[in-house]
Amino acid sequence: MALRDVHVAGFAQLPNRMNLDDYDEAEMVQEITAKALADAGLERSDVGFTCSGSNDYVMGRPFSFAMAIDGLGAWPPIRESHVEMDGAWALYEAYVRLQHGDVDVALVYGFGKSSLGSVDAVHTLELDPYSLAPLGVDPHAMAAMQARLLIESGETTEAKLAHISCRSRRDGNKNPNAPHADEADADALLADPYVREPLRAHDLPVRTDGASCVVLRVGGGGPRIRGIAHIIDAHQPGFRDLTTSASATKALAAAGGAGGVTVAELHAPYTSQEVILIKALGLGEDVTINPSGGAHAACTPMVAGLTRIGEAALAVRNGAPAALGHATSGPLLQHNMICVLEAE
Amino acid sequence: MNERCAVIGIGQTQYAAKRGDVSMPGLVREAAKRALEDAGLTWADIDAVVLGKAPDMFEGVVQPELFMAGALGAVGKSMIRVHTAGSVGGSTAVVASHLVSSGVHKRVLTVAYEKQSESNAMWALSQRFPFNPPVMAGAGGYFAPIIRAYMARTDAPDHIGLKVAVKDRQNAALNPLAHLQMPDITEEMVRASPMLWDPVRYLETCPSSDGACAMIFSSDGSEVDNPAWVLSTAMRSEPMLFPGRDEVNPRAGADCATSAYKDAGITPDQLDCAEIYVPFSWYEPMWLENLHLFESGWKAIDAGHTHLGGKLPINMSGGVLSSNPIGASGMIRFAEAARQVRGTADKHQVDGAKLAMGHAYGGGSQFFSMWIVGQERP
Repeated sequence: MALRDVHVAGFAQLPNRMNLDDYDEAEMVQEITAKALADAGLERSDVGFTCSGSNDYVMGRPFSFAMAIDGLGAWPPIRESHVEMDGAWALYEAYVRLQHGDVDVALVYGFGKSSLGSVDAVHTLELDPYSLAPLGVDPHAMAAMQARLLIESGETTEAKLAHISCRSRRDGNKNPNAPHADEADADALLADPYVREPLRAHDLPVRTDGASCVVLRVGGGGPRIRGIAHIIDAHQPGFRDLTTSASATKALAAAGGAGGVTVAELHAPYTSQEVILIKALGLGEDVTINPSGGAHAACTPMVAGLTRIGEAALAVRNGAPAALGHATSGPLLQHNMICVLEAE
Repeated sequence: MNERCAVIGIGQTQYAAKRGDVSMPGLVREAAKRALEDAGLTWADIDAVVLGKAPDMFEGVVQPELFMAGALGAVGKSMIRVHTAGSVGGSTAVVASHLVSSGVHKRVLTVAYEKQSESNAMWALSQRFPFNPPVMAGAGGYFAPIIRAYMARTDAPDHIGLKVAVKDRQNAALNPLAHLQMPDITEEMVRASPMLWDPVRYLETCPSSDGACAMIFSSDGSEVDNPAWVLSTAMRSEPMLFPGRDEVNPRAGADCATSAYKDAGITPDQLDCAEIYVPFSWYEPMWLENLHLFESGWKAIDAGHTHLGGKLPINMSGGVLSSNPIGASGMIRFAEAARQVRGTADKHQVDGAKLAMGHAYGGGSQFFSMWIVGQERP
């Protein structure tokens, strides 16, 4: 049976900053949901389903979402759900929920704070607790292994990775929602020491605090979701080809392909992962990559993926015929979501 | 809805204080394989996997769907991890059923688990945070004052909690998967057990369990002779810190029930049985009222209406009071409702059950999920 047309009716984000300690969970949620609803021209009472993404370890407390819903004004009680994942998966759940015909507007948000602790340590704890986590390997070391394979396979060079960082910083500095980054030319960056060879500081994610919110609506105009799908790969790094992303390729096919896409917002925390995604998604040189600066300019946990979909919607609003938003989860691009949006 | 949704496979592990014989992936796989066998399917027949569990801090693994993808046959498929506090087992089933009823997928596997022996849930539930009221002493300390408010409000006599504790353990004695096996339990034994959080005694409290529960949903139910049809699903949430709340009779729970009955096209008196989330014995009378099942919950219990063979049997499986792998506890309620209408509940089967309800709640009595399942295709 045909699926209902779902549109991105509104999008808002808190500026991604190194430290947003003025906000607790409820305050973040209150502000972004109000802004996104205003952007959509809708009221809180119009919302039929609410779904969020957050991570207890990132926020340093169990049930981090429970206090957050105090910022929603959830009275009378609301239809609501939560994923312990990036907000992009909350958007997917909301998209599925809207197919049932009884509700037409969904509010989706994600929030996270890198400043509360060590996001790297949290990522180490997502590794297999029997065979990988006890090694204490951090995400930078994992990514370095992947980047090494990529360079050895001839897909990229350290200099090309530095250029990705330069472009991301330049674009990020034009985006008021990304933190300021010192701009330097690639040669200067390449003089820096390795953090985990072959990765230098400029290849690593910029860990930020933030929150974003998307309002989905059946009908009513705005960028239309042409296709959305997500696929998970094997967890163990030795079980898959790390120089590509089979799950991203498959998710794009399941989402109906990238035809007509002129802008792609990729959730690539490491510069090397942008190279992998561009290849896995078959994006040509005519596709503008990460005009927002991307996740490489601001990488807020549980938010960066949802923000990519929101930024893709903004690209369509700004004239792109179609745009692709990508979200990832897990070590080394294990789990990938593709959302293709198009102008009506 | 674009499609129907039928429960065609159910699998559960043995529930126990410590399943030292299996890893976490081993535990979920045990339940998932039993569900596949029940449905007569293989891993290749599944389109997507939805995993649920309570806080990651219970086992110390962040986003465990990532490392369990292989064990659950999800590699190359889509996978979602749901977390809605104690209601999560129910919510996970609802989210998974929606993947089918929306028309997005044909067959979906859903699994919920907790391996509480990996850590100490009391610790994870009792942390203090700046600018927030402390929720000390775990869940029991949080809920005991609410129970006392119920007793004061309704003049419920003290023995009601004892009766529920005995009834659920007698039911558990009919269910070989149940963690607590106490066939000879009496009200006097419960009364003599230590007072933990007045008025909640040790034997009026749920255990900490390891375990997993799995179900398989399909859009046409043709895979088996006796599918359980999902007639309605409902979820409601309300804020934790809101002075207008009534935590004894939460509006989110009442609204959730109203919506579930309405969407199923039934009235509560048509139900043949129900599995509701009762982690402390007194929550049975409270939820009986909140879910519009009886005007006075405690009087219904006192009259024996909720026993097997009574007017409306409640928690035939032994309930949360007999097995409590927290993240799975909601799904076990939903699965038992489905077993009843499929006629596969063995010794705890309610004769001729055609309509059953499953219910879960979580957080500070603020997150609710429910479904109603039936024998007849809607």
